[in-house]
Amino acid sequence: MITSFKAFSTLAVIGADDVVNLLYLLAAILFIYGLKLLTSVKTASKGNMISAIGMLLAAVVTLFQVNHEAMGGNFFISFVWIGVALLIGSVIGLVLAVKVPMTGMPQMVALLNGFGGIASLLVACADYIIKLPDIEKAVEAGKATNTALGDTVYHLPTWDSMLAIGLATLIGGVTFTGSLIAFAKLQGLKIIPDKPVQFTGQKALIALLLLGSLALAFVLPIDPTAWWTLVIISAAALILGVMLVIGIGGADMPVVVSLLNSYSGIAAAMAGFVLSNSVLIITGSLVGASGIILTNIMCKAMNRSLMNVLFGGVGGGPAKGGGAGPQGEAREFSPEDAGIVLDAASQVVIVPGYGMAVAQAQHAVKEFAEELTRRNITVKYAIHPVAGRMPGHMNVLLAEAGVPYEQLADLDQANAEFEQTDVALVIGANDVTNPAARHDTASPIYGMPILDVDKARTVFVIKRSMNPGFAGIQNELYFMENTGMIFGDAKAVVTALTEELLAD
Amino acid sequence: MPTILNNIGQATVMDPFVVSIIIFVLAIFVGFEIITKVPSTLHTPLMSGSNAISGITIVGALLCSFSDNFGQFGVILGTLAVIFATINVVGGYTVTARMLKMFSKKEGGGK
Repeated sequence: MITSFKAFSTLAVIGADDVVNLLYLLAAILFIYGLKLLTSVKTASKGNMISAIGMLLAAVVTLFQVNHEAMGGNFFISFVWIGVALLIGSVIGLVLAVKVPMTGMPQMVALLNGFGGIASLLVACADYIIKLPDIEKAVEAGKATNTALGDTVYHLPTWDSMLAIGLATLIGGVTFTGSLIAFAKLQGLKIIPDKPVQFTGQKALIALLLLGSLALAFVLPIDPTAWWTLVIISAAALILGVMLVIGIGGADMPVVVSLLNSYSGIAAAMAGFVLSNSVLIITGSLVGASGIILTNIMCKAMNRSLMNVLFGGVGGGPAKGGGAGPQGEAREFSPEDAGIVLDAASQVVIVPGYGMAVAQAQHAVKEFAEELTRRNITVKYAIHPVAGRMPGHMNVLLAEAGVPYEQLADLDQANAEFEQTDVALVIGANDVTNPAARHDTASPIYGMPILDVDKARTVFVIKRSMNPGFAGIQNELYFMENTGMIFGDAKAVVTALTEELLAD
Repeated sequence: MPTILNNIGQATVMDPFVVSIIIFVLAIFVGFEIITKVPSTLHTPLMSGSNAISGITIVGALLCSFSDNFGQFGVILGTLAVIFATINVVGGYTVTARMLKMFSKKEGGGK
C-alpha cells in the first residue's frame, strides 16, 4: 500500500506537494477576489462567501497534505482528535457570532482578532517545540550532518524560520492581549477603565519590552536550541499588548481595532515564514496591508499621527494649554420647541455619534427620520469616519435599523450639504462637530476634519449633560447662537421628537 | 523550488527564504491595491471580513496538531491553536455575513 502510493507520487509529473501548493494558490486567489468584492456594497456578500470558500479549501487541502505514511495506523485517531478541536472552535465561533447584538460588534471584532493572534503565537511555538528534539540532535551532531546525504540527516533549521518564530510569537502575543484589553474597554467591563490609563515610565517600559523581545528574537537564529527565549518573548509580548492598549482612550478605539487587525494578519504571515507556507504568507500580508490602510484612514480622520494616537493619551486630563474655552450660556430646548422647528424644515441632517450607540437609539432615529420623510423633509445622515468605536460603526448600526445606505453621507458629502440644511440634529456626537478644530490653534483637536454642523441654519444637540467630550474640551458649538441643546437620553429624546411630529 | 540556470549553464536554486520574501512583499502590494478605495459604509464588514481571513493561521495550526503523539506539549499547543483559529474563522465569517445581510436587505427593501 505504502510503496504503491510512493511510486505513484514519484512517477507523477506533478507531485502531491505541488498539487497542495497549487490549491493553496487557488485559495489565495479566492481571498484576494473576495476582499476585492468586499469593497463595494453590492458585491460584498458574495465576496465574503467567496473568501469563506477559500478558507474551507485551504483547511481541507491541509488535512491531505499531512504525511500519511509516517502517521501509520494512528492517522485515523489523529483525524478524530483534530475533528474535535475543529468542532469546539466552530461551535464557540458560531454561538458568539449569532448571539452578539449589532451594538456589540466592535468588541466582537476585537475579541475574534485576539483569537487569531493567539493562534499564530501558538502555531509558532508548537512548530518549534515539535521540531526541537531534531534540532538538538542536529546541533549535537555538528553542522556536517546538515549536508550529509547518508541516513542520519537532521537538518539544522534555517535562520529565517528561527527568526520568524520569535516575531510570530511577539506579534501574536501583542495582538492577543491588546485585543482583550480593547474588548474589555469596548464592552465596558469595570476592570479596565474606558479612559486612558497612563503612569510614569509607561513609555520606557513599552520601549524596553519591545526592544528586549526584538533582541531576543535574534537569539534563536544564532542558537536554535535556545527555547527559553520564546518563554520570555511570549511573556513580554503579552504584557506589551496590555501596556500598548491600556493607555488609549475609548474614542481612539477605531484606530486601535484596525491596527490590531493589521497585526493579526502580520502574525499569520510570520507563522507562514515559520512553516515556509506560502498561503499563510500571502493571506497574512493581505490582511496586514488592509488593516494598515484602515488605520491610516482613521488617523487622517483625526488629523493625528499613529504615534500620537498610541502614546498621546488624549483625554487623560484637562487639555493642556487650551485657551480660556468657549464662554457663555447654552440655550436649552424642549422636545416640543424643537419639534416645531423640525416640522418647518425642508432638509434635516442627522449626525450620529457614540452616544447613539450607547443609548441604542438607532431604531428610534430611523422612525424619526421616516416621520420627517413623510412630511417631504429631506433627511440625510452625516457620518464622521471616527464616529463610534470602530471604523464604520455608525453605518452598521444604521443599516441594522434599516436606513437605506443612499441616505448616508461621508465627511465631504455632508459638509457640502450643511449650508443648505435647515436643521442639523447631533445625536451623541461631540468632538467631531467642534468648530474650534477649524480656527483655534490652541485646541487639542485643531486641524481635525470635522462636520461643519454650525453652518446649518439651526443646530440641535441631543446630549445627556454639558460634560465635555472625550478630548476633555468644551464644545464651542453649544454656545453658538443657532444652537439649541436638548438634554436627555438619546433614545428618549428622539422618541419624544417623533411624538411631537405626530402630535401636530 | 524554482531552479534558475546561471550564466555558465549550472542550475542554481533560489533560497526558499527569498521566495517567501518575494511573496510577502508582492502580497502586501496586492493588499494595498485592492483596498485603497473602500467606502466608509463598509469599513466594519471589511474589517471583520479580513479578520476572518487572518484566521488562515488555521492551516499552520492543523499542520502542527497532526501527530500520533497526543501527549506532546507542541501538539497540545497546536490543537489549542486549531480551536482559537477556528473561532476566529467561523465567528469572523458569520458575523460579517450577518452585517452584510443588513446592508443588502436595505437595498432590496428601499426600492
